[in-house]
Amino acid sequence: MDAREEFKKLVQIPEFEDSVKEKELLMTDKMSVLQINVGRLCNLACKHCHMEAGPNRTEVMGEDVLKDCLKLYQQWGFDTIDITGGAPEMNPHFRWFVEEAVKVCSKVMVRSNLTVMLEDGYEDLPEFYAANKVTVICSLPHYKARNSNKQRGEGTFEKSIQVLKKLNELGYGQDPELTLNMVFNPGGAFFPPEQAAMEKEYKEHLGSEYGIVFNNLFTITNNPIGRFGNFLARTGNMEGYLTKLYDAFNPGAVAGMMCRSQLSVGWDGQVYDCDFNQAVDMPAEGGAKIEDLVKRPYEKRKICFDKHCYACTAGQGSSCGGSTA
Amino acid sequence: MNTYYNPEDLAKFGTMGEEAPQLWENFMQYYGSVFAEGALTAREKSLIALAVAHAVQCPYCIDSYTNDCLSKGVDEEQMTEAVHVAAAIRGGATLVHGVQMKNIVKKLEL
Repeated sequence: MDAREEFKKLVQIPEFEDSVKEKELLMTDKMSVLQINVGRLCNLACKHCHMEAGPNRTEVMGEDVLKDCLKLYQQWGFDTIDITGGAPEMNPHFRWFVEEAVKVCSKVMVRSNLTVMLEDGYEDLPEFYAANKVTVICSLPHYKARNSNKQRGEGTFEKSIQVLKKLNELGYGQDPELTLNMVFNPGGAFFPPEQAAMEKEYKEHLGSEYGIVFNNLFTITNNPIGRFGNFLARTGNMEGYLTKLYDAFNPGAVAGMMCRSQLSVGWDGQVYDCDFNQAVDMPAEGGAKIEDLVKRPYEKRKICFDKHCYACTAGQGSSCGGSTA
Repeated sequence: MNTYYNPEDLAKFGTMGEEAPQLWENFMQYYGSVFAEGALTAREKSLIALAVAHAVQCPYCIDSYTNDCLSKGVDEEQMTEAVHVAAAIRGGATLVHGVQMKNIVKKLEL
Protein backbone atom coordinates (compact mmCIF):
# COMPACT_ATOMS: atom_id res chain seq x y z
CA MET A 1 0.00 0.00 0.00
CA ASP A 2 1.29 3.46 -0.92
CA ALA A 3 0.02 5.66 1.92
CA ARG A 4 0.45 8.90 -0.03
CA GLU A 5 -1.64 7.52 -2.91
CA GLU A 6 -4.33 6.57 -0.38
CA PHE A 7 -4.27 10.14 1.02
CA LYS A 8 -4.85 11.58 -2.46
CA LYS A 9 -8.12 9.66 -2.70
CA LEU A 10 -9.39 11.37 0.45
CA VAL A 11 -10.23 14.65 -1.28
CA GLN A 12 -12.59 15.77 1.48
CA ILE A 13 -9.64 16.05 3.87
CA PRO A 14 -7.75 19.31 3.18
CA GLU A 15 -4.01 19.32 2.58
CA PHE A 16 -2.19 19.74 5.91
CA GLU A 17 -0.54 23.00 4.90
CA ASP A 18 -3.94 24.54 4.12
CA SER A 19 -5.08 23.87 7.68
CA VAL A 20 -2.17 25.83 9.17
CA LYS A 21 -3.04 29.52 9.27
CA GLU A 22 0.29 30.78 10.65
CA LYS A 23 2.44 30.08 7.62
CA GLU A 24 5.73 30.73 9.43
CA LEU A 25 5.06 27.50 11.36
CA LEU A 26 5.53 25.60 8.12
CA MET A 27 9.25 26.38 8.42
CA THR A 28 11.79 24.79 10.73
CA ASP A 29 12.99 26.61 13.85
CA LYS A 30 16.21 26.12 15.83
CA MET A 31 17.49 22.54 15.48
CA SER A 32 17.38 20.50 18.68
CA VAL A 33 17.16 16.77 17.89
CA LEU A 34 19.27 14.85 15.41
CA GLN A 35 17.31 11.64 14.97
CA ILE A 36 19.26 8.87 13.32
CA ASN A 37 17.49 5.82 11.97
CA VAL A 38 20.39 3.37 11.87
CA GLY A 39 18.51 0.68 9.99
CA ARG A 40 15.32 -1.25 9.49
CA LEU A 41 16.64 -4.56 10.75
CA CYS A 42 14.76 -5.69 13.88
CA ASN A 43 14.25 -8.88 15.86
CA LEU A 44 10.51 -8.10 16.00
CA ALA A 45 7.89 -7.23 13.36
CA CYS A 46 5.32 -5.17 15.31
CA LYS A 47 1.89 -4.67 13.78
CA HIS A 48 1.97 -0.89 14.20
CA CYS A 49 5.56 -0.28 12.99
CA HIS A 50 5.58 2.67 10.57
CA MET A 51 9.03 1.60 9.34
CA GLU A 52 7.87 -1.95 8.61
CA ALA A 53 11.05 -3.09 10.33
CA GLY A 54 11.72 -6.78 10.81
CA PRO A 55 14.25 -9.64 10.78
CA ASN A 56 14.36 -9.76 6.97
CA ARG A 57 15.16 -6.11 6.36
CA THR A 58 18.66 -5.46 5.06
CA GLU A 59 18.88 -1.62 5.18
CA VAL A 60 21.58 -0.79 7.73
CA MET A 61 23.44 2.52 8.17
CA GLY A 62 27.16 2.40 7.36
CA GLU A 63 30.08 3.86 9.29
CA ASP A 64 30.60 6.80 6.89
CA VAL A 65 27.04 8.05 7.37
CA LEU A 66 27.37 7.68 11.14
CA LYS A 67 30.58 9.73 11.08
CA ASP A 68 28.77 12.44 9.10
CA CYS A 69 25.99 12.42 11.71
CA LEU A 70 28.56 13.19 14.43
CA LYS A 71 30.01 16.02 12.34
CA LEU A 72 26.62 17.54 11.59
CA TYR A 73 25.58 17.28 15.24
CA GLN A 74 28.51 19.48 16.23
CA GLN A 75 28.13 21.92 13.32
CA TRP A 76 24.41 22.66 13.52
CA GLY A 77 23.99 23.15 17.27
CA PHE A 78 21.70 20.24 18.09
CA ASP A 79 21.35 19.28 21.78
CA THR A 80 20.08 15.70 21.48
CA ILE A 81 21.01 12.58 19.53
CA ASP A 82 18.05 10.23 19.18
CA ILE A 83 19.00 6.79 17.83
CA THR A 84 16.21 4.69 16.40
CA GLY A 85 15.54 1.87 13.96
CA GLY A 86 14.50 -1.04 13.54
CA ALA A 87 16.25 -2.35 16.57
CA PRO A 88 19.16 0.13 16.55
CA GLU A 89 21.27 -2.27 18.59
CA MET A 90 21.46 -4.60 15.58
CA ASN A 91 23.51 -2.13 13.54
CA PRO A 92 27.09 -3.54 13.59
CA HIS A 93 28.53 -0.08 14.36
CA PHE A 94 26.05 0.64 17.14
CA ARG A 95 28.32 0.41 20.19
CA TRP A 96 31.11 2.37 18.54
CA PHE A 97 28.65 5.06 17.53
CA VAL A 98 27.11 5.38 21.01
CA GLU A 99 30.56 5.71 22.57
CA GLU A 100 31.47 8.44 20.08
CA ALA A 101 28.09 10.18 20.48
CA VAL A 102 28.32 10.48 24.27
CA LYS A 103 31.69 12.22 23.88
CA VAL A 104 30.06 15.13 22.04
CA CYS A 105 26.46 15.06 23.28
CA SER A 106 25.14 15.02 26.85
CA LYS A 107 21.73 13.72 25.80
CA VAL A 108 22.01 10.54 23.78
CA MET A 109 18.86 8.46 23.65
CA VAL A 110 18.21 5.04 22.17
CA ARG A 111 14.77 3.75 21.22
CA SER A 112 14.83 0.10 22.19
CA ASN A 113 12.29 -2.68 21.92
CA LEU A 114 13.89 -4.22 25.06
CA THR A 115 13.52 -7.82 23.87
CA VAL A 116 16.65 -7.53 21.71
CA MET A 117 18.65 -7.38 24.95
CA LEU A 118 17.86 -11.06 25.54
CA GLU A 119 19.21 -12.17 22.16
CA ASP A 120 22.65 -13.79 21.81
CA GLY A 121 25.40 -11.19 21.77
CA TYR A 122 23.21 -8.42 23.13
CA GLU A 123 22.75 -9.53 26.76
CA ASP A 124 25.29 -7.05 28.11
CA LEU A 125 23.58 -4.03 26.54
CA PRO A 126 21.91 -2.88 29.77
CA GLU A 127 25.36 -2.54 31.38
CA PHE A 128 26.65 -0.83 28.23
CA TYR A 129 23.78 1.66 28.35
CA ALA A 130 24.32 2.37 32.04
CA ALA A 131 28.09 2.84 31.59
CA ASN A 132 27.46 5.40 28.85
CA LYS A 133 24.51 7.03 30.68
CA VAL A 134 22.33 6.58 27.63
CA THR A 135 18.66 7.50 27.99
CA VAL A 136 16.63 4.39 27.15
CA ILE A 137 13.25 4.94 25.52
CA CYS A 138 11.49 1.64 25.37
CA SER A 139 8.40 0.65 23.54
CA LEU A 140 5.85 -1.06 25.77
CA PRO A 141 2.43 -0.76 24.11
CA HIS A 142 0.52 -1.66 27.28
CA TYR A 143 1.01 -2.64 30.91
CA LYS A 144 -1.13 -5.74 30.38
CA ALA A 145 0.55 -8.73 28.74
CA ARG A 146 -2.40 -9.53 26.49
CA ASN A 147 -2.71 -6.05 25.01
CA SER A 148 1.03 -5.64 24.55
CA ASN A 149 1.56 -9.05 22.95
CA LYS A 150 -1.27 -8.41 20.49
CA GLN A 151 0.84 -5.64 18.92
CA ARG A 152 4.35 -6.97 19.28
CA GLY A 153 3.98 -10.75 19.23
CA GLU A 154 3.42 -13.51 21.79
CA GLY A 155 5.86 -13.52 24.70
CA THR A 156 7.34 -10.08 24.01
CA PHE A 157 5.73 -8.54 27.10
CA GLU A 158 7.24 -11.12 29.42
CA LYS A 159 10.67 -10.61 27.84
CA SER A 160 10.31 -6.85 28.15
CA ILE A 161 9.50 -7.16 31.85
CA GLN A 162 12.62 -9.29 32.34
CA VAL A 163 14.80 -6.60 30.72
CA LEU A 164 13.07 -3.76 32.55
CA LYS A 165 13.87 -5.46 35.86
CA LYS A 166 17.50 -5.68 34.84
CA LEU A 167 17.57 -1.99 33.84
CA ASN A 168 16.03 -1.10 37.21
CA GLU A 169 18.67 -3.16 39.04
CA LEU A 170 21.32 -1.07 37.28
CA GLY A 171 19.66 2.12 38.50
CA TYR A 172 17.54 3.01 35.48
CA GLY A 173 14.40 4.89 36.47
CA GLN A 174 15.92 5.80 39.87
CA ASP A 175 19.41 7.25 39.34
CA PRO A 176 18.97 10.81 37.97
CA GLU A 177 21.64 10.07 35.35
CA LEU A 178 19.92 6.92 34.08
CA THR A 179 16.62 7.87 32.50
CA LEU A 180 14.16 5.19 31.46
CA ASN A 181 11.16 6.37 29.46
CA MET A 182 8.37 4.30 27.97
CA VAL A 183 6.27 4.68 24.87
CA PHE A 184 2.59 3.81 24.71
CA ASN A 185 0.76 3.68 21.43
CA PRO A 186 -2.87 2.71 20.93
CA GLY A 187 -3.68 -0.83 19.86
CA GLY A 188 -5.76 0.25 16.89
CA ALA A 189 -7.48 3.03 14.95
CA PHE A 190 -8.13 5.32 17.89
CA PHE A 191 -6.34 8.03 19.85
CA PRO A 192 -4.06 7.58 22.82
CA PRO A 193 -5.42 8.56 26.23
CA GLU A 194 -4.27 11.64 28.11
CA GLN A 195 -0.55 11.19 28.74
CA ALA A 196 -0.36 12.07 32.44
CA ALA A 197 -3.33 9.81 33.29
CA MET A 198 -1.86 6.88 31.38
CA GLU A 199 1.57 7.38 32.95
CA LYS A 200 -0.02 7.17 36.40
CA GLU A 201 -1.80 3.96 35.41
CA TYR A 202 1.39 2.41 33.96
CA LYS A 203 3.32 3.29 37.11
CA GLU A 204 0.66 1.81 39.37
CA HIS A 205 0.35 -1.45 37.44
CA LEU A 206 4.01 -2.05 36.57
CA GLY A 207 5.01 -1.03 40.09
CA SER A 208 2.53 -3.17 42.01
CA GLU A 209 2.63 -6.20 39.70
CA TYR A 210 6.31 -6.34 38.74
CA GLY A 211 8.12 -3.84 40.98
CA ILE A 212 9.18 -1.81 37.92
CA VAL A 213 9.92 1.92 38.05
CA PHE A 214 10.50 4.34 35.19
CA ASN A 215 10.62 8.08 34.57
CA ASN A 216 8.12 9.20 31.94
CA LEU A 217 5.54 7.70 29.66
CA PHE A 218 5.11 9.13 26.17
CA THR A 219 1.77 8.50 24.48
CA ILE A 220 2.12 8.51 20.71
CA THR A 221 -0.66 8.66 18.12
CA ASN A 222 -0.41 5.91 15.52
CA ASN A 223 0.58 7.38 12.17
CA PRO A 224 -1.52 6.11 9.22
CA ILE A 225 1.49 4.79 7.29
CA GLY A 226 3.67 1.66 7.21
CA ARG A 227 2.19 -1.49 8.74
CA PHE A 228 -0.42 0.49 10.62
CA GLY A 229 -1.42 2.20 7.35
CA ASN A 230 -1.67 -1.22 5.69
CA PHE A 231 -3.97 -2.34 8.50
CA LEU A 232 -6.16 0.74 8.01
CA ALA A 233 -6.39 0.20 4.24
CA ARG A 234 -7.02 -3.55 4.57
CA THR A 235 -9.80 -3.14 7.12
CA GLY A 236 -11.55 -0.16 5.50
CA ASN A 237 -10.49 2.13 8.35
CA MET A 238 -8.27 4.59 6.45
CA GLU A 239 -10.94 7.16 5.67
CA GLY A 240 -12.47 6.98 9.16
CA TYR A 241 -9.10 7.28 10.90
CA LEU A 242 -7.89 10.19 8.72
CA THR A 243 -11.22 11.94 9.28
CA LYS A 244 -10.82 11.48 13.03
CA LEU A 245 -7.31 12.95 12.90
CA TYR A 246 -8.48 15.89 10.80
CA ASP A 247 -11.55 16.55 12.98
CA ALA A 248 -9.27 16.63 16.04
CA PHE A 249 -6.80 19.06 14.39
CA ASN A 250 -5.46 21.33 17.13
CA PRO A 251 -3.88 24.51 15.71
CA GLY A 252 -2.14 24.95 19.06
CA ALA A 253 -0.15 21.76 18.44
CA VAL A 254 1.51 22.98 15.23
CA ALA A 255 4.23 25.11 16.85
CA GLY A 256 5.43 22.10 18.87
CA MET A 257 5.56 19.61 16.00
CA MET A 258 8.85 17.71 16.20
CA CYS A 259 9.68 18.35 12.53
CA ARG A 260 10.19 22.02 13.39
CA SER A 261 13.23 21.32 15.54
CA GLN A 262 14.72 18.11 14.25
CA LEU A 263 16.46 16.46 11.36
CA SER A 264 15.93 12.79 10.65
CA VAL A 265 18.67 10.80 8.92
CA GLY A 266 17.90 7.61 7.01
CA TRP A 267 20.13 4.52 6.81
CA ASP A 268 21.57 5.63 3.44
CA GLY A 269 22.27 9.23 4.54
CA GLN A 270 19.13 10.72 3.00
CA VAL A 271 17.71 13.39 5.30
CA TYR A 272 14.07 13.97 6.21
CA ASP A 273 11.99 16.24 8.43
CA CYS A 274 10.94 13.28 10.60
CA ASP A 275 10.91 9.50 10.83
CA PHE A 276 7.35 9.34 9.44
CA ASN A 277 8.39 11.25 6.32
CA GLN A 278 11.26 8.82 6.07
CA ALA A 279 8.80 5.93 6.11
CA VAL A 280 6.79 7.43 3.23
CA ASP A 281 9.95 8.33 1.31
CA MET A 282 9.41 12.09 1.44
CA PRO A 283 12.91 13.63 1.82
CA ALA A 284 13.49 17.07 3.31
CA GLU A 285 13.35 20.05 0.97
CA GLY A 286 16.23 20.02 -1.49
CA GLY A 287 16.67 16.24 -1.29
CA ALA A 288 20.17 16.54 0.17
CA LYS A 289 22.12 13.73 1.80
CA ILE A 290 23.97 14.18 5.06
CA GLU A 291 27.33 14.16 3.24
CA ASP A 292 26.17 17.36 1.50
CA LEU A 293 24.82 18.99 4.65
CA VAL A 294 28.08 18.67 6.61
CA LYS A 295 29.54 21.17 4.15
CA ARG A 296 26.86 23.81 4.86
CA PRO A 297 25.69 25.87 7.84
CA TYR A 298 22.14 25.31 9.09
CA GLU A 299 19.46 27.26 7.26
CA LYS A 300 15.77 27.20 8.07
CA ARG A 301 13.92 25.03 5.59
CA LYS A 302 10.36 24.60 4.46
CA ILE A 303 9.00 21.40 6.03
CA CYS A 304 7.46 18.76 3.75
CA PHE A 305 3.94 17.75 4.79
CA ASP A 306 1.23 15.34 3.74
CA LYS A 307 -2.02 14.22 5.33
CA HIS A 308 -0.28 11.82 7.76
CA CYS A 309 0.96 14.97 9.54
CA TYR A 310 -2.52 15.34 11.07
CA ALA A 311 -1.45 12.52 13.42
CA CYS A 312 0.99 14.93 15.10
CA THR A 313 -1.58 17.70 15.60
CA ALA A 314 -4.64 15.74 16.73
CA GLY A 315 -5.90 16.61 20.21
CA GLN A 316 -3.04 16.72 22.68
CA GLY A 317 -0.49 16.57 19.80
CA SER A 318 2.00 13.78 19.27
CA SER A 319 5.71 13.38 18.67
CA CYS A 320 8.50 10.90 19.37
CA GLY A 321 8.63 12.61 22.77
CA GLY A 322 4.92 12.13 23.47
CA SER A 323 2.18 14.74 23.58
CA THR A 324 3.07 18.30 22.56
CA ALA A 325 0.07 20.51 23.30
CA MET B 1 -31.41 -1.97 2.04
CA ASN B 2 -33.04 0.69 4.17
CA THR B 3 -32.77 0.25 7.89
CA TYR B 4 -34.03 2.32 10.79
CA TYR B 5 -30.46 2.62 12.07
CA ASN B 6 -27.85 4.15 9.76
CA PRO B 7 -24.24 4.81 10.94
CA GLU B 8 -24.13 8.07 8.94
CA ASP B 9 -27.02 9.40 11.03
CA LEU B 10 -24.77 9.70 14.07
CA ALA B 11 -23.07 12.71 12.45
CA LYS B 12 -26.51 14.30 11.99
CA PHE B 13 -27.18 14.38 15.74
CA GLY B 14 -26.81 18.17 15.67
CA THR B 15 -29.81 18.55 13.38
CA MET B 16 -31.96 17.94 16.45
CA GLY B 17 -31.26 21.57 17.31
CA GLU B 18 -32.71 22.93 14.08
CA GLU B 19 -36.25 23.44 15.33
CA ALA B 20 -35.36 23.97 18.97
CA PRO B 21 -32.00 25.74 19.18
CA GLN B 22 -32.36 26.85 22.80
CA LEU B 23 -33.30 23.39 24.01
CA TRP B 24 -30.41 21.92 22.04
CA GLU B 25 -27.97 24.44 23.45
CA ASN B 26 -29.18 23.73 26.99
CA PHE B 27 -28.85 20.02 26.41
CA MET B 28 -25.35 20.28 24.94
CA GLN B 29 -24.17 22.51 27.76
CA TYR B 30 -25.53 20.02 30.28
CA TYR B 31 -24.07 17.08 28.33
CA GLY B 32 -20.64 18.72 28.26
CA SER B 33 -20.72 19.40 31.99
CA VAL B 34 -21.83 15.86 32.79
CA PHE B 35 -18.86 14.33 30.97
CA ALA B 36 -16.20 16.74 32.26
CA GLU B 37 -13.70 15.60 34.90
CA GLY B 38 -15.35 15.83 38.30
CA ALA B 39 -15.62 13.58 41.34
CA LEU B 40 -15.52 10.86 38.67
CA THR B 41 -12.86 10.91 35.97
CA ALA B 42 -13.86 11.47 32.34
CA ARG B 43 -12.75 7.90 31.75
CA GLU B 44 -15.00 6.46 34.48
CA LYS B 45 -17.88 8.45 33.03
CA SER B 46 -17.16 7.10 29.57
CA LEU B 47 -17.32 3.53 30.89
CA ILE B 48 -20.61 4.24 32.67
CA ALA B 49 -21.94 5.72 29.40
CA LEU B 50 -20.88 2.58 27.56
CA ALA B 51 -22.73 0.37 30.03
CA VAL B 52 -25.85 2.55 29.88
CA ALA B 53 -25.66 2.58 26.06
CA HIS B 54 -25.93 -1.20 26.16
CA ALA B 55 -28.74 -1.13 28.69
CA VAL B 56 -30.76 1.27 26.51
CA GLN B 57 -29.50 -0.59 23.42
CA CYS B 58 -28.61 2.53 21.44
CA PRO B 59 -26.26 1.60 18.56
CA TYR B 60 -25.17 5.23 18.11
CA CYS B 61 -24.15 5.50 21.76
CA ILE B 62 -22.41 2.11 21.65
CA ASP B 63 -20.37 3.29 18.63
CA SER B 64 -19.55 6.65 20.26
CA TYR B 65 -18.61 5.35 23.66
CA THR B 66 -16.64 2.35 22.43
CA ASN B 67 -14.51 4.84 20.48
CA ASP B 68 -14.38 7.21 23.42
CA CYS B 69 -13.40 4.45 25.87
CA LEU B 70 -10.61 3.23 23.55
CA SER B 71 -9.27 6.76 23.24
CA LYS B 72 -9.26 7.07 27.01
CA GLY B 73 -7.12 3.95 27.36
CA VAL B 74 -9.90 1.56 28.38
CA ASP B 75 -9.25 -1.92 27.00
CA GLU B 76 -11.63 -4.57 25.71
CA GLU B 77 -11.49 -6.55 28.95
CA GLN B 78 -12.65 -3.54 30.96
CA MET B 79 -15.35 -2.64 28.43
CA THR B 80 -16.63 -6.23 28.45
CA GLU B 81 -16.93 -6.10 32.25
CA ALA B 82 -18.88 -2.84 31.96
CA VAL B 83 -21.31 -4.48 29.51
CA HIS B 84 -21.72 -7.36 31.98
CA VAL B 85 -22.62 -4.83 34.66
CA ALA B 86 -25.38 -3.54 32.35
CA ALA B 87 -26.47 -7.11 31.64
CA ALA B 88 -26.52 -8.01 35.34
CA ILE B 89 -28.65 -4.99 36.20
CA ARG B 90 -31.04 -5.67 33.34
CA GLY B 91 -31.21 -9.36 34.28
CA GLY B 92 -31.58 -8.53 37.96
CA ALA B 93 -34.30 -6.00 37.19
CA THR B 94 -36.23 -8.66 35.25
CA LEU B 95 -35.87 -11.18 38.03
CA VAL B 96 -36.75 -8.82 40.86
CA HIS B 97 -40.00 -8.02 39.06
CA GLY B 98 -40.72 -11.72 39.47
CA VAL B 99 -41.56 -10.83 43.08
CA GLN B 100 -44.57 -8.92 41.75
CA MET B 101 -45.58 -11.99 39.81
CA LYS B 102 -45.25 -14.07 42.98
CA ASN B 103 -47.24 -11.54 45.01
CA ILE B 104 -50.11 -11.70 42.51
CA VAL B 105 -49.97 -15.47 42.38
CA LYS B 106 -50.15 -15.59 46.18
CA LYS B 107 -53.12 -13.27 46.18
CA LEU B 108 -55.05 -15.16 43.53
CA GLU B 109 -54.29 -18.81 44.15
CA LEU B 110 -56.22 -20.90 46.61
